[in-house]
Amino acid sequence: MSDIERLERDLLAAIADARDETALETIRVGTLGKKGSISERLKTLGSMTPDERKTQGPLINGLRDRVAEAIASRKSALGDAALDAKLVSERVDVTLPARPENQGTIHPVSQVLDEITAIFADLGFSIADGPDVEFDDYNFTKLNIPPDHPARQMHDTFYIAKQADGSQHVLRTHTSPVQVRTMLKQKPPIRIISPGRTYRVDSDATHSPMFHQYEGLVIDETASLGNLKWVLEEFYKAFFEVDKVELRARPSYFPFTEPSVEWDLRCDRSVPGKIVFGTGHDWLELAGSGMVNPRVLEMCGIDPEKYQGFAFGGGLDRLAMLKYGIPDIRPFFESDLRWLRHYGFAALDIPTLDGGLSR
Amino acid sequence: MKFTLSWLKAPLDTDADAQTVADKLTSIGLEVKSIEDAGARLKDFTVAYVVSAEKHPNADKLKLCMVDTGAAEPVQVVCGAPNAHSGMKAVFAKPGTIIPVSGAELKIGTIRGVESRGMLCSLRELMLGEDHDGIIELPADAKVGEPAAKALGLNDPVIDINLTPNRGDATSVYGIARDLAAAGLGRLREGDLSPVKGAFASPIRTALDFPAGSESAAPMFAGRLIRGVKNGPSPKWLQDWLKAVGLRPISALVDVTNFLSLDRGRPLHVFDAAKIKGNLRARFATDGEEVVALDGKTYTLDSEMVVIADDEAARGIGGVMGGEDSACTEATTDVFVESALFDPVRIARAGRKLGINSDARYRFERGVDPEFVLPGLELATKMILNFCGGEPSEIVVAGRVPDWRRTISFDTARVKSLGGIDVPKAEIADILKRLGFTVEAGETMKVVPPSWRGDVAGSADLVEEVVRIHGLDKVPSEPLPRTSVVARTAISPAQRRLRVAKRALAARGFHETINFSFIPRAQAALFGGGDDARQVENPIAADLDAMRPSVLPSLLAAAQRNQARGFSDMMLAEVGAQFQSGMPEAQSNVAAGIRVGVGARGWSKSTHPADAFDAKADMLGVLEAAMGASMTAPVKPGAAAWYHPGRSGTLALRPKVIAYFGEIHPKVLAAFDIKGSAAAFEIFLDAIPEPKSKGKARGPFAPSPYQPVERDFAFLVDTKVSGEDVVKAARGADRALIEKIDVFDVYEGKGMPEGKKSLAISVRLQPKDKTLTDAEIDVLAQKIVDAVTKATGGTLRS
Repeated sequence: MSDIERLERDLLAAIADARDETALETIRVGTLGKKGSISERLKTLGSMTPDERKTQGPLINGLRDRVAEAIASRKSALGDAALDAKLVSERVDVTLPARPENQGTIHPVSQVLDEITAIFADLGFSIADGPDVEFDDYNFTKLNIPPDHPARQMHDTFYIAKQADGSQHVLRTHTSPVQVRTMLKQKPPIRIISPGRTYRVDSDATHSPMFHQYEGLVIDETASLGNLKWVLEEFYKAFFEVDKVELRARPSYFPFTEPSVEWDLRCDRSVPGKIVFGTGHDWLELAGSGMVNPRVLEMCGIDPEKYQGFAFGGGLDRLAMLKYGIPDIRPFFESDLRWLRHYGFAALDIPTLDGGLSR
Repeated sequence: MKFTLSWLKAPLDTDADAQTVADKLTSIGLEVKSIEDAGARLKDFTVAYVVSAEKHPNADKLKLCMVDTGAAEPVQVVCGAPNAHSGMKAVFAKPGTIIPVSGAELKIGTIRGVESRGMLCSLRELMLGEDHDGIIELPADAKVGEPAAKALGLNDPVIDINLTPNRGDATSVYGIARDLAAAGLGRLREGDLSPVKGAFASPIRTALDFPAGSESAAPMFAGRLIRGVKNGPSPKWLQDWLKAVGLRPISALVDVTNFLSLDRGRPLHVFDAAKIKGNLRARFATDGEEVVALDGKTYTLDSEMVVIADDEAARGIGGVMGGEDSACTEATTDVFVESALFDPVRIARAGRKLGINSDARYRFERGVDPEFVLPGLELATKMILNFCGGEPSEIVVAGRVPDWRRTISFDTARVKSLGGIDVPKAEIADILKRLGFTVEAGETMKVVPPSWRGDVAGSADLVEEVVRIHGLDKVPSEPLPRTSVVARTAISPAQRRLRVAKRALAARGFHETINFSFIPRAQAALFGGGDDARQVENPIAADLDAMRPSVLPSLLAAAQRNQARGFSDMMLAEVGAQFQSGMPEAQSNVAAGIRVGVGARGWSKSTHPADAFDAKADMLGVLEAAMGASMTAPVKPGAAAWYHPGRSGTLALRPKVIAYFGEIHPKVLAAFDIKGSAAAFEIFLDAIPEPKSKGKARGPFAPSPYQPVERDFAFLVDTKVSGEDVVKAARGADRALIEKIDVFDVYEGKGMPEGKKSLAISVRLQPKDKTLTDAEIDVLAQKIVDAVTKATGGTLRS
């Protein structure tokens, strides 16, 4: 065994035995450092004869390369081992709960409002709103309900106290005054939906003194009862996310429409607590509607000889109850955290027609 | 409006059953609310004869009965009723029958060792009443084995319809029959309306006594005296019908008026002629005039109301309720029958003011048939003569039937254009004629509605009549043309703000709530409200009487309720209206939220009570989401009175307040009984400025290629100096170079001189055209220090 071979064997053994990076660095300085054993040997190459250099050069250079590589490789192995040990010591209990974040919810009425907005937007309607405290004139008289008309008894109206100027106003009993406001300021064609809070002196399992209505109004030169039926069919189909619905029409009476029609939707309520639409032998009353009374058009500054149209409306809370199986209206307005978590919707569940109204 | 099937079949010739009638009624707009068919409901219960009732061998309070049910052998029944006795007729249920009150099936049982093969029923068990003291004892003539409902007089289905207020003509059984006949169900029997010849002149005259111009208050007042009557109970059939619809039979004379009111929609009144002084006239009441009405209550009238008065005093409230002191009794021998017409609006107003909901008011305010004043009087005469005998006078009439005829020009094309359905012209005419309209054919039809249809005024009403009788369900649906191929935006920027605010709140962890717009007055007062102008005049509950001046009291009350249920911490929000006054439009949209408690507890971090900075972050987060832009306006210390004065802030864009935030004032928390702290904010969404229209394109993206530099400065300042003061002063040092300033440390307390605090900021410099040299940075740093010192008196901490 030559001198170099022996040196190599000893060095490789020492490198393999190095316990840490410090020991390895000592070996590196002792061999490849300026005064290192291999560096010293490399220096001797300069004073050799060409023939000696030819044989000794590759041997010494080869030794240097192999030792350098061995050191690098050992260094990497030591680093990996050290990191492994560190990682093991850093272990945490990942079964602990995640950092708490508050999960908020959207109220079912807001969710359903966004749903019906998406549908009616596609049918060419825009959303109109108006105040909760309303002029008697807009809530009643301009809707063809003059003072002392028996129809006022149907409304169970809340009155606000007499104002300093002697005027007295009502909490709107329906969102129809928004139709009045719209007709007074906008010329036909009109297609609006007016959703919002409404109030009636009524409170039991199915009634709340405050609730939400949505009403639609279409005024143009040709809108007919057939169009009204179509709009409602398309609306309920889209809203309840079913392929077909069947509506039953019943003649009714609202002072602001003539003819007046109430609509029932075919459904199946044979399983308690569950409703399936489009099939079954039950009927659910869903909307009041009719052709806008010419007297209303006239009072709102629209020529009834030229224009006609229809109006319809129903309960927003009721739509939410029917679609999402909420049995009672009163908790809608009681802000019980448990109810809100149970029936609320996630912030990012924004209803769209392309992405689906609901999951 | 209630009636029984047999009552309906008096004027309507039909074999239809209750369900068929009900379906037809609903389809023509007389919506059936319910059919109470006790006969069908109780079909399994039969009449039985109790042959014997002995004491139960093993129980003192039970009886062992042998019951003849009409079967070959008597049946053994154990009965606990004290009134069970031999020889009685009772209601029997055989095993297998569902007992209404429990909904359970009756089984053969063994009671105290004795078998019982059926049950004798009480009213309560059949859900016919609350009486549970004993079993029903049927009349002795009840036939064994027959349906018990028949023996109970309950085999006549009662139909209840939801009458819409326009249909005065259908406030009567006859009117309903008339509509059904027009719709093809049955044939109408008009009845005998022929006049009864008077035997003498009525000693009591009627008169109308109204000032000129007010004659419409009561256009007609007719009547007649019938002398020598014998008042007693009315016939059983009449009593049964009245009882079935919820009226108490009183006496033949009174029952006749109630019957004709319900049967013909013709309210009448009967006076005991002996109690009338002189003649009768209709006149306005005098203000403060009092009448004791038939319900025994004293009503104080005003000069807008009509009374029927004799020469001495008012004897009744015209068209609303008769008077007690002239009422008929068993002793009445001479009766004066009144049949009159009143102005519907006056009746409605009087009824509402007096709080009287009588059958007469119900009919008059909806409009009675003006042509039926005299026929109604004749019908009443015949019934009274029939039931009570006596001799009628001639009829006396004041006034006359007002002119009700009006001609409507009817373009029959309106049926299609409005009603959406093609109905042949001949059928249109036919339907209208069947409903009693006079029709004169022509290019446009000339249509005269019948006297009982005062509600029909124009073409649209005629379209409704045609469509409802032709069949509303036959109207085909017709697509509404699209206004644009791709749907347009449907909501306004203001509506969009509401929507985004709700989503932003939920994304931050708030539960969106919706609370009543009315709150207790005392709570409203804590939030700047509770004044008279914002009171609800007729609240649903005494503590829901004030329109809320702020959304926060709703949320605080909700938080308290949730705390009472064991939830100490919560985040609640509402986007809704607050009310500035009791006037329409004096309301604004607010997005408000509260954090109550110490925040979510977890193993990994310390919690902190909800504070002003939570509220500030919530407020800014939601506000910027709603605006769609960052909010650069500065915050001023202090907010509305319901916030902690030292821990609240206001964000305003003069002159409008955009938002308040901060911790809730401890006094307010105490008033709401909230445990722990609460931080809240209110964003006044309507005050947010509209975005300036600047097109859809964003400005060019031009990031600086030069290295930004950050420098930190710690200042020693007076404790009253605000962070905003320091930041504002520092920013003024070089608005072009300074990109951003953050406050990263605030310290006061131990180690700080009295009245001083340390406030450290980090300033980020972003050169635009060259890299900054150290010298340039030092110069700028000095300018920042100088600016802060000048503005706040603070010094740089070394």
